This record gives sequence, structure tokens and C-alpha cells, in this order.
Amino acid sequence: MASPLAQFEINKLIHLNVGDFDISFTNSSLAMVLSVVFILTILFFGLKNLKIVPSKIQALVELSYEFISNMIGDNIGKEGLRYLPFIFTLFFFILIGNLVGMMPLSFTWTSHIIVTFAIAFFIFLVATFIAIFKHGLFKFLGFFAPSGVPKPMLLLLVPIEIISYISRPVSLSVRLFANMMAGHTLLKVIGGFVFVLGANSFIIGGALPLAFLVALTGLEIVIAFLQAYVFAILTCLYINDAIHLH
Amino acid sequence: MDIEAAKLLGAGIAVLGVIGSGIGIGNIFAAFISAVGRNPGAREHVFTMTMLGFALVEALALFALIIALLLLFVF
Repeated sequence: MASPLAQFEINKLIHLNVGDFDISFTNSSLAMVLSVVFILTILFFGLKNLKIVPSKIQALVELSYEFISNMIGDNIGKEGLRYLPFIFTLFFFILIGNLVGMMPLSFTWTSHIIVTFAIAFFIFLVATFIAIFKHGLFKFLGFFAPSGVPKPMLLLLVPIEIISYISRPVSLSVRLFANMMAGHTLLKVIGGFVFVLGANSFIIGGALPLAFLVALTGLEIVIAFLQAYVFAILTCLYINDAIHLH
Repeated sequence: MDIEAAKLLGAGIAVLGVIGSGIGIGNIFAAFISAVGRNPGAREHVFTMTMLGFALVEALALFALIIALLLLFVF
């Protein structure tokens, strides 16, 4: 029987090499392309013949737009709506990526730390540059030394503030990666129990871990939505911090 | 001490970190339940923040789990 961690292996589907760089099209790339194609298909059919009384797909697209718009409005305010395409793309890409991973025989591209770290680091850079371009470098650095703090405490407080700021992309990426990896590994481990128990007791013994597996799969789908939502809302909060002087 | 034994011990001790997460999640949902109990109309609004708080606390439990898995399978 294969190891429960074998599902995270990257397999090259189309080998491509540019000089020293390996840019093969892998199963991870395929999962990402599938996520994007799925989102674009729903958006395309939802926005085709717009009517005042929406059809079902148009209502779905409008609901998703409103969901993100409300999220941004609550957390950043009106001037945050310029970041709506960014947050919309982020939320739905990660959500559909998580859900594509729940399909049997599929690959969860969000379960790789390098991918989630790339996204989280990019968001960190976006928030930092928004803060620097909006308030200037000195005022941005002044954020790490809050006003009204006695001088001796500043020596302790500033490194702590800087470390907690630097830890934002790390926590953002590890949260998504760990949730996805732990969830899928647990599913495979319990699945292994179903097989072993069923094989040794004329199938009937596999019923209990199978029931547990069904409940866990439901929980994993809820976690897929939840983690995408938390990623998006934390991005909104970081951008809010950057725009409104933290 | 044998390196394999040390790895297993380290992984076991690292997972003790999820105790804090268990207490935290209990706190969050206790606050949610008492808030909805006092003001049932606030349910949707408070639910959003509850889910956010739950995911943040869960993340810490998963950090501890990742360190345990790192000790077991990478070193």
C-alpha cells in the first residue's frame, strides 16, 4: 500500500527545460489550470446575457461579487474597492483550488508550502508597498514604534513589532498549507484503515472507518471554504492596516 | 540517546502545543454561544468573526503539528 504522503508528489506531465530551469507542466500546474478554467467558465456563462431579473448563474456570479465587495467594504472601507479584483481572484482561486483537491484522484495545489508562501509573500509585499507609497518610508517605519510608549520599553517593543510584522506571510502561508496537508493526509490514513479492516473481516469491518471517512470528507470541504475565507479576510485586514496607518 | 528515539520524543512533546488551541477554540465558541444567547439577531454578524477566530486559533494547533511532522520526517 502506498504511503499517505504519496498524494503530494509532483509528477511532470509535459517535460520542458529552458537552459538550466525546469519549467515542466506538472500535475500541480494542471490542477491550477483546472481551477482557473472552472472559475472563468462560471463567470463567462454568468455574465453572458445580463438581465434585470437574473438567471441562476448570473445570480451566482452577482452573489460572489457582493460577498467579496461586502468583505472589502467591512474591512477596508470604500477606498478599498480598488483592490476588489485582487481579493476576488485570490479568494476564488484558493477556494476552487482547495475544492479541486477534494475530487478523487485529483491534486491539491494549495497543499504545497512553496506555492502558499509565494502567494502570502506577494501579499506581504503588496501591503508593504501600499503603506510605503501612501505614507512615505519614515511614517511606515514609525509604525513599529507606537506613540506614547516610554523610551526604555521601545527597545523591547520595536523588535517584537518587527518580528510580528515579518511573521505575517509565514503564518498566512503555513495556516493554509498545514490545513490542507494535514486534512488530506488524515483522509488517506483513515482510508488505509478502511482497506485493512475490510480485507481482514470480509468487508463488514471497514464500515466504521468508512463512516468516519465520510464525516471527515464533509469536514474537509467546510475547511476548504473556511481557509479560503480566512486567507482573503486576513489579506483585507493587512491592506487595511497598510492604508489606515495600521 | 538514539536519534530515532529522540525524534519520536520530540514529536510527542511538540504536539502538546495543541492543548492551548483546544482551550482557545472552547473560549471562542463559548463567547459565540453566549453572544447569540443574549442577542439572537446578531447571529450572522458574530458568526463571521467566530469563523475567523476559529481559523486563526486552529492555525496555531497546526503550527505545532507541522513542527512534529518536521521532526519526524525531515530530520
